[in-house]
Amino acid sequence: MKNEWPLWEVFIRGQHGMSHRHVGSLHAPDAEMAIKNARDVYTRRNEGVSIWVVEAQNITASAPSQKGPLYEPSNSKVYRHPTFFDIPDEVGHM
Amino acid sequence: MTDNPLFEFLLRMGDNTLILGHRVSEWCGHSPVLEEDIALANTALDLIGQTQMWLGLAAEVEGKGSSADDLAFLRDAWDFRNVLMVELPNGDFGQTMMRQFLFDAWQSIMLGRLMQSSDKRVADIAEKASKEVAYHVERSGDTVVGLGDGTEESHNRMQAALDYLYAYVAEMFESDAVDKAMAEAGIAPDLASLRDEYDALIGRVLAEATLALPKAKFSHKGGRDGFRHTEHLGHLLTQMQWLQRAYPGATW
Repeated sequence: MKNEWPLWEVFIRGQHGMSHRHVGSLHAPDAEMAIKNARDVYTRRNEGVSIWVVEAQNITASAPSQKGPLYEPSNSKVYRHPTFFDIPDEVGHM
Repeated sequence: MTDNPLFEFLLRMGDNTLILGHRVSEWCGHSPVLEEDIALANTALDLIGQTQMWLGLAAEVEGKGSSADDLAFLRDAWDFRNVLMVELPNGDFGQTMMRQFLFDAWQSIMLGRLMQSSDKRVADIAEKASKEVAYHVERSGDTVVGLGDGTEESHNRMQAALDYLYAYVAEMFESDAVDKAMAEAGIAPDLASLRDEYDALIGRVLAEATLALPKAKFSHKGGRDGFRHTEHLGHLLTQMQWLQRAYPGATW
């Protein structure tokens, strides 16, 4: 029998942030306790206004060994960065 | 009976949170898992924060120029006015969480009433503390359910904790001349009037936790009037008050 509680990844939306940001992980027996534990572990200094938790095993991650095929092709394509256009002054700040 | 019932009432509120806060803080670094360790430390700090408000007001009402710190660290066991339940040793983690739940449930209802207090200073403290306590009772209630309705081992430990602690519940609803004076002044509720709501709240949680209230009717008392504290309080004070006793007036 496995006695260890499952691992949960914690995401918190800060006071001024627009999106939830990964802040760390913790153990908890279920989702509700994971939220409570996240509140106690990660919002002690008033860091957040919203918490998401997701069981770590439900996250599908890319493999570090796939770095080449996944990311290298975009390395040499500077034209994908929209930095070659002259922006008319009238447009103002973009 | 004292000639200053408001002072006495404030000591009861503040000593409950002070002594329980100290007890809960004893878990710091010893909890079964890291997450619970931090959560218990947070609860202890909330309770100590509430103590500063209650004893701060008590010192003001007493009018002898003392501070919340003086009341916390320079009184002896018989001067304390906390209910017996909060001074009991922690026992195992389950017993600690059961005690926490039985107290949180009472405190959450009590603070709800005190928010209507005719004394604005009392109402303000209750308002601030009630948000913390709403979380405490949710957390301790969930843990009681999780462990009560858990494994055979955890269920048995929680039932044993309830059997042991339930004899200390009735003291929270006792009334004496101090409470009568508070109720007449509209400062605090008649404590007996909280009992139905309390029984409903703990009944709901204990049913979900598959735990049964003990049949025995005996109840311990003697804490809230300081008449007969348990032997555990003195031992707790030797740790809590050690620094001020050894180095009177020490500050940093």
